[in-house]
Amino acid sequence: MELAFVIEKFVLVTAVFVISLVIAMYSTLAERKVAGFMQDRFGPDRAGPFGILQPLCDGGKFFFKEEIIPAGAHKPLFIIGPTIAIITACIGSAVIPWGQALTIGDRIVELQVADINVGVLYMFGVVALGVYGIMLGGWASNNKFSLMGAVRAASQSISYELALGLSLIALLMVTQSLSLKEIVAQQSGFVNWNIWVQPVGFLIFLVCAFAECNRVPFDLPECETELIGGYNVEYSSMKLGLYMFAEYINMFVSSALMSALYFGGYNFPFMYDLGLSQNWITIIGVIVFFAKIFAFIFFFMWIRWTLPRFRYDQLMNLGWKMLIPLAIANIVLTGVITIIKDTFF
Amino acid sequence: MQSLSNRKKVLEQKPMNFWERIYLPAIFKGLSITIKHFFKRIPTVRYPEVKRPYSKNFRGQHSLKRDEQGRERCTACGLCALSCPAEAITMISAERKQGEEHLYREEKYAAVYEINMLRCIFCGLCEEACPKEAIYLDGPHVTADYLRKDFIYGKDKLVEPRFDLVNEVETTA
Repeated sequence: MELAFVIEKFVLVTAVFVISLVIAMYSTLAERKVAGFMQDRFGPDRAGPFGILQPLCDGGKFFFKEEIIPAGAHKPLFIIGPTIAIITACIGSAVIPWGQALTIGDRIVELQVADINVGVLYMFGVVALGVYGIMLGGWASNNKFSLMGAVRAASQSISYELALGLSLIALLMVTQSLSLKEIVAQQSGFVNWNIWVQPVGFLIFLVCAFAECNRVPFDLPECETELIGGYNVEYSSMKLGLYMFAEYINMFVSSALMSALYFGGYNFPFMYDLGLSQNWITIIGVIVFFAKIFAFIFFFMWIRWTLPRFRYDQLMNLGWKMLIPLAIANIVLTGVITIIKDTFF
Repeated sequence: MQSLSNRKKVLEQKPMNFWERIYLPAIFKGLSITIKHFFKRIPTVRYPEVKRPYSKNFRGQHSLKRDEQGRERCTACGLCALSCPAEAITMISAERKQGEEHLYREEKYAAVYEINMLRCIFCGLCEEACPKEAIYLDGPHVTADYLRKDFIYGKDKLVEPRFDLVNEVETTA
């Protein structure tokens, strides 16, 4: 392994890490701003112009709060819980292709931390791990409300991961590849985006992504009104902050994943017809990719301030009786269409 | 049983049809409503920087008025205290001495004049009762404070500043 490679990857990892943290930070502000505007009021606007210093104030406050570990709590697990939550949230972004290759001098720098050939599977595994953070934290708190939240989180996660996986299978039948880099590369231009071939699959994926991120209308693990905060009741100080951060990073990563899988990632219309050099196409592609991610994050927030929470039986009904059959039907339909296309055209 | 008022409404719960069961049309309807509000003009007044004008008959903090020559108008007749339904006003009168004609308009004046702002209900009966046009509720809001004793406003806070007609500035003395 040469030194330049190590430096290149190190810079890339750091950049991705910092970007996801900063975006998570400013998502909290954006969320409150969006909530404000949708409720006919300004969000926080006192800390700095337009409130841009608000996340710093909140973060700083978290650090200075007293850290309480309840007497009856299982101490090691109580600490491990938020750690797992934040780690799994952060490592998900490793396989996302942020852009095409940049040519610097005679080096070709791939804007992807790790191009593993099972990228989609890796994402899936990381998402499945994420629930351990919530489960352990909720259980270790030794509090009935947080335990309820944790149990809900686990069962919700399992139920919706099924539909998520099934919707992905239909997509993989189209793309014939598990590597995220290749999936995105296949969708160059505008008409090749996977959303045009897999609209139902995208819808299922979107709903499941909301459920996996524990976002409204699937925020049962932390419903404030019933469980006084859910799995994180007993948490204070930066441990609570880590849970919240993990939630927002998850939102960012799943937005990135959705844009990469279904909306062409860094591809934008007419990208090769403008006569730009490859480096410029890459840079514009990265910007376009982030624009798509921000659009999805906005959509997450838009949904949050529109829909009420599902009742628990409605949640399970939707997951098991609607999304899973729909996903299976989608797989069958995709298979049939693929065979017809292969034999007759 | 037959309804006598005819206002009884029997609500029937129909089973949801297909479009209602897949939630999506209702979700899009909801989304369109929230996005409309997103672009709406926001009616918030950013208070400390922007202040909304009060109505003309707003009754705020009392002020004890001076006449054209800057003398206190109050003659300590006690009608305001008498008219006050909340018994917020109290005063001690004193006789005007020789050489104080430039300070007090009448021969009797209020040496101490106190209004308890926690008792006051800002009804404006004191300004109606005053025969000398000496008290008006034309000030701003009474501000918050920490101790009860600080809500008893004396003449230092109530008497309006003397206005220097020549230089057109407010003076303290």
